Amino acid sequence: MSTAARPDGPGTMAALALGDDALILAQRLGEWAGHAPELEEEVALANIALDLLGQARTLLTLSGDEDELAFRREERDFRNVQLVEQPNGDFAHTIARQLYFSTYQELLYGQLAGGTEPLSALAAKAVKECAYHRDHAEQWTLRLGDGTEESHRRMQTALDALWRYTGELFRPVEGLDVAWDTLEDTWRASVTGIVTQATLTPPEGPQAAPWAAGAGRQGVHTEPFGRLLAEMQHLHRSHPGASW
Amino acid sequence: MTTVLPGHGPEAPGEAETEAFQAVFDAAVAADERIEPRDWMPDAYRATLVRQIAQHAHSEIIGMQPEANWISRAPSLRRKAILLAKVQDEAGHGLYLYSAAETLGTGRDELLDKLHTGRQKYSSIFNYPTLTWADVGAIGWLVDGAAITNQVPLCRCSYGPYARAMIRICKEESFHQRQGYELLLALSRGTEAQKAMAQDAVDRWWWPSLMMFGPPDDESAHSAQSMAWKIKRHSNDELRQRFVDICVPQAESLGLTLPDPELRWNEERGHHDFGPIDWSEFQQVLKGNGPCNEQRISQRRAAHENGAWVREAAAVYAGKHATEHTGARNGEAA
Repeated sequence: MSTAARPDGPGTMAALALGDDALILAQRLGEWAGHAPELEEEVALANIALDLLGQARTLLTLSGDEDELAFRREERDFRNVQLVEQPNGDFAHTIARQLYFSTYQELLYGQLAGGTEPLSALAAKAVKECAYHRDHAEQWTLRLGDGTEESHRRMQTALDALWRYTGELFRPVEGLDVAWDTLEDTWRASVTGIVTQATLTPPEGPQAAPWAAGAGRQGVHTEPFGRLLAEMQHLHRSHPGASW
Repeated sequence: MTTVLPGHGPEAPGEAETEAFQAVFDAAVAADERIEPRDWMPDAYRATLVRQIAQHAHSEIIGMQPEANWISRAPSLRRKAILLAKVQDEAGHGLYLYSAAETLGTGRDELLDKLHTGRQKYSSIFNYPTLTWADVGAIGWLVDGAAITNQVPLCRCSYGPYARAMIRICKEESFHQRQGYELLLALSRGTEAQKAMAQDAVDRWWWPSLMMFGPPDDESAHSAQSMAWKIKRHSNDELRQRFVDICVPQAESLGLTLPDPELRWNEERGHHDFGPIDWSEFQQVLKGNGPCNEQRISQRRAAHENGAWVREAAAVYAGKHATEHTGARNGEAA
């Protein structure tokens, strides 16, 4: 990694954490293109990916050069939560990931929008996008949970499988002035409400793996993340110094 | 066309009535009026439109694949955003077009089934692979460029819903074409490796793009009738020539060459002459033997089949919901 891409200071670190969340989830959602269950979902998933990519570009630019940061950092330097890097799985897994993340992101940006520049301006704009993303995820959670036996089973499996990555969402991020306890309580009430309405069971069990090394915010990721980066960064890295 | 036809109803019209309807239809087409979904139209006109609109819709959704192939690897975040937006537009075009076909009484499920079982086609150009990043540029510049040349006249097509869909589509296609040109320009002004990548892509996409206009006029099966109905406004060869004339100066501006030693300006004709097209390749690809026919249709089928449980869940959920609402209205337990 070049020195140009090494951000420091709590403000830029916070922007980097949120920027990486948005970038990596956009990368995952982009993988759906051409594979979605129906044409309307091709449009919706690409639309959400585009919103997130737009947020990522603004946030990364607050920390340095967006391409330098996206394409030249090593895995351990990424600060996204592990939830967003989880593979798409079936449509239910993607929706569960969206439900957990977009609910969190909307609440987080809602708080940041009332805070200080430069994040408040971005948050005020992004919070509207997040509300749409959450609504999309909630509608699908309801349809899949309260649809057929198969969709119910798949949605429950997905909610359970991704639950272990939700604890990290509420660990304070340095440089962000956020009431984390309130955020967690509101998130839990919101997610539990929709899951229950969808005739599904709110997952129990641990919300994080017990590991002192930490998780995504400390640059500790899961195995699929290395492959995601290899694919995303390969072309850019193959032509050092080139403009595109 | 807004004429309310005499005796226009659900019963099949008699012979005399059909003749009267035909006369009204012919007059509307001759006067460059639009035919609308509720207007009477000849069965063959309807069938031709469904075939053409379906093929166009299928091309949009199959055409997402070669470009989506590069979304995850786009070399800058700006390029990634542009490409994602473009592929999203194509899904949107598919939606408009399937809706236009629906106004003719043919639903999306039926058309998708015909695509998945090989009974309807999509543009053969998408049976070629995108091997490098520059292919994304070549598709934008050449393939979308050829598509626009074909599609702009369709904005004046005699069938109203198709013409209106095409107006929206052409606006977005012209953005797609410009991004492709601009992508190639960045490469041709870049490093040696980037320029070589751009030239290689143009070399591979040039001839297939010329084939997009369809067989030569004297061998085109559907052209004459479609021209008479004003579904089609210009002949295949006419549009192909227009495209070549547009591309030659653009290639020069890009600093790239076109892979045709016979390509030169013909003062007398006021057009560029170009070399013979290998129609045997076109026929082979059309028959299913192109580099990616199997891959494209397999991915499409897999996406559809893997999504079946999702669509089914949505339908069942909607059904439960509708029952609840009806129940509530009838004063029953919701």
